[in-house]
Amino acid sequence: MTHKRTLLKLTTICCLILTLFLLQKLLMPKYVTAIVEGSLIEEYYQENAGHDVIFIGDCEVYGNISPVTLWEKYGITSYIRGSAQQLIWQSYYLMEETLKYEKPKVFVFNVLAMKYNEPQKEEYNRLTLDGMRLSMSKIRAIRASMTEDEHMIEYLFPLLRYHSRWSELTHEDFKYMFKKDKIFHNGYYMRVDVKPVTSIPTPRKLPDYNLGENAWHYLDKMVELAEENDIELVLMKAPTIYPHWYDEWDAQIKEYAEEHDLLYINFLERMDEMGIDLYTTDTYDSGLHLNLSGAEKLSAYFGNILKEKFDLEDHRQDEKYRLIWQDKVDFYYQMAENQHNEIEKYGYLRSIAGGNQ
Amino acid sequence: MLFTSYEFIAFLLILFLVYYLIPKRFQWMLLLAANYIFYFFSGPKFLIYILTTTVSAYIAGNRIHSLHEEQAAYLAENKGRLSREDRKEYKAAIKSRQWKWLLYCLLLNFGILAVIKYANFGIANVNYLLQAFGSGSQISFLKLALPMGISFYTFQTMGYMIDVYRGKYPPEKNIFKLALFVSFFPQLVQGPISRFDDLSETLYKEHDFDYRNVSFGLQRILWGFFKKVVLADRMLVAVKTLIQDPETYQGAFALVGMLFYAFQLYADFTGGIDITIGIGQVLGIKLKENFNRPYFSKNITEYWRRWHISLGSWFREYLFYPISVWKPMLNFTKWCRKTLGEAIGRRIPIYISSIVVWAATGIWHGASWNFFMWGMANCFVIILSQELQPFYTWFHNKFDVKHKFGFRLFQVVRTVLLMSSIRMFDCYVDVPTTFRAFWSMFTVFNYHELFNGSLLNLGLSLADYLVLLMGLVVLVTVSLIQRTGSVRAKLAAKPHMVRYALYYGMIIVIIVLGAYGVGYDSSQFIYNQF
Repeated sequence: MTHKRTLLKLTTICCLILTLFLLQKLLMPKYVTAIVEGSLIEEYYQENAGHDVIFIGDCEVYGNISPVTLWEKYGITSYIRGSAQQLIWQSYYLMEETLKYEKPKVFVFNVLAMKYNEPQKEEYNRLTLDGMRLSMSKIRAIRASMTEDEHMIEYLFPLLRYHSRWSELTHEDFKYMFKKDKIFHNGYYMRVDVKPVTSIPTPRKLPDYNLGENAWHYLDKMVELAEENDIELVLMKAPTIYPHWYDEWDAQIKEYAEEHDLLYINFLERMDEMGIDLYTTDTYDSGLHLNLSGAEKLSAYFGNILKEKFDLEDHRQDEKYRLIWQDKVDFYYQMAENQHNEIEKYGYLRSIAGGNQ
Repeated sequence: MLFTSYEFIAFLLILFLVYYLIPKRFQWMLLLAANYIFYFFSGPKFLIYILTTTVSAYIAGNRIHSLHEEQAAYLAENKGRLSREDRKEYKAAIKSRQWKWLLYCLLLNFGILAVIKYANFGIANVNYLLQAFGSGSQISFLKLALPMGISFYTFQTMGYMIDVYRGKYPPEKNIFKLALFVSFFPQLVQGPISRFDDLSETLYKEHDFDYRNVSFGLQRILWGFFKKVVLADRMLVAVKTLIQDPETYQGAFALVGMLFYAFQLYADFTGGIDITIGIGQVLGIKLKENFNRPYFSKNITEYWRRWHISLGSWFREYLFYPISVWKPMLNFTKWCRKTLGEAIGRRIPIYISSIVVWAATGIWHGASWNFFMWGMANCFVIILSQELQPFYTWFHNKFDVKHKFGFRLFQVVRTVLLMSSIRMFDCYVDVPTTFRAFWSMFTVFNYHELFNGSLLNLGLSLADYLVLLMGLVVLVTVSLIQRTGSVRAKLAAKPHMVRYALYYGMIIVIIVLGAYGVGYDSSQFIYNQF
């Protein structure tokens, strides 16, 4: 009788846990349309490990680098672990977490995130951190990222954060409760539309041009982690003109790279060499991000540097890689074609705008 | 630490666990430590106030008691040797010394409360008068933060002191045990104001783990969370919108604000007390009920016997009765009876005591004229209903409706509306604004706007209104079931699946429908401000 009662109690507790789990799955944002960036980080876990290069950083990596181009042109396998306004400590912990799955030859970090020295916005934290699998790296990333009003428990049990979505659920929440279609191309967020730069906002003067201590601390940690694991760390600044990248910041990064014997490339200085033209063809949002055309130009140029400098192997003849990447290439061109068709039909990217413009 | 914060929930879980794991003789010490940890989180500097209250009550209480003992010993020693007059004189001298100790203690503690809570109110009024009389000088306001629960623990401790003085019970000899009584953390936020003779035994006793008690306590906590987090905090958004812009929200919206606030306050305060009593029950500590379905009262006097019972009883015991039996008051009563006749002369002293008590009750709630007016409004309605008693008797003799459902319902609705309108003093910024808002209900005829979607512009969506409606139905249903006994006891008799479906349903409702976290303004309990 006692055993039966204990069993009954255990069953009911399991029912509660299961219900809460299902509710959490249902209520968490799915990031399939509109703000798709929230799906960037979690897509990595569907990927077969074994990349030559891992890009980490904010939108300046996931919007500007095309791993498919790197593959097609140089046989480099790569993945982008980037998310919207991904802060440097988030990049560091993603780097740390990535090493649990694979050991790339090169990590490339985009330095725009150095401008942030403190936690910024909960909404952006969520886009990066919710997608991470539970691990000590995730917990440390959360701790480093939380703003004053945030709570660790709401990251560990996101139901506590998203519970209020119950009144705004859509069919997408049910449809993608357990499985979502792939949206990105090894972490690359494709946009084929064009919106050239028409004017460049005047950069505002800053009271202090020194990059923050906390940001430097995490860059140091990145360098250490790369050294410990015998991995090359490359610093890059993507060729987008807004947010403004100050010369003073650039000088500090250059100095740091020299001191630590790191390769640092500011692609803003190589726009002509790459053939990127933000005033006509290569940006979809007036210079904030490159579009597919711009990303392919940057990737073709950067891939060559990476290959030459780090002697990366060309995997294109390797059957194992070829099969995996063929699917990726097909998906890539299919999406590009679909986006072109959408623009032709509606005049804008309807799938990205979530049906609204 | 907010009662509804994650930190507090974690604090409780750890406390519950450790409480039943340690040897029972250490339980009260653990509680004392928990109290001070809880208080520390409200601001370490405030510890000085609660420590002052504890130490002063300990010294004065024990001094008063030792004088009792000294008197008993002296009288026993000198039995037969002292004349009746000598004995009387000796007793009077001892009483006077005891009274001095009580007075010092009361002055110190009520003085602290007065300075911290009311000094700026006094200064504001003096400044107003200075300005009115054309004086250019103004007194600067004091920068004093209000320590958490100061009104509650001061009243509770001073009640204890008066009882010790009256010889109702001996004082607590162990200062740490007294500190536990003064600072018992679940009560600090919003009461109830316990009596030492009610609480001490259950507080200091060793408690075995009692599954039923713990389970009932946890259910009570859940019920409190439901009221606070799902209903009160959700309603808060609309109440704030309506109250903070009285120029825009007049007429029908003032009425809606009045009713919403009454609902919010009920869910907030009773929810907080449910959590308090539930925590006590899990710990094996029985706290007295502070509410008895007040919105089912048929008149305002009954309402005040059923709402914030511990405060009403404190004022009755320690203010109303002492004033009523105060020698000058008894002489005044005699004079009134003689001069104005038995009927009027008997009532006037009672009404004067009532006015004093209600003025104090109002001011206890907050340092502003709003609360004073709130107290006076309550007092006015109570006195008026006393004066109308002959009319009520005549009415009920003439019309046999007293036991009719329709009439009883009318009485309940009337009391709710009356109390809600008096409560408008609680929420508006000042007395003139309150009167204007109240008056607008009868002069601004915009009631059609309640049906054109305007209610959806108050910060609540249709879904929120549905949740609140559902909550109201649940509250009324539970209150109706409570009339025939404990809901939890009834639930315990149901089959396992039914019970657990309800418990888990409640947990899920709180987690999913609760107005907490990002996007919500998590609020402290309303009574915590008092």
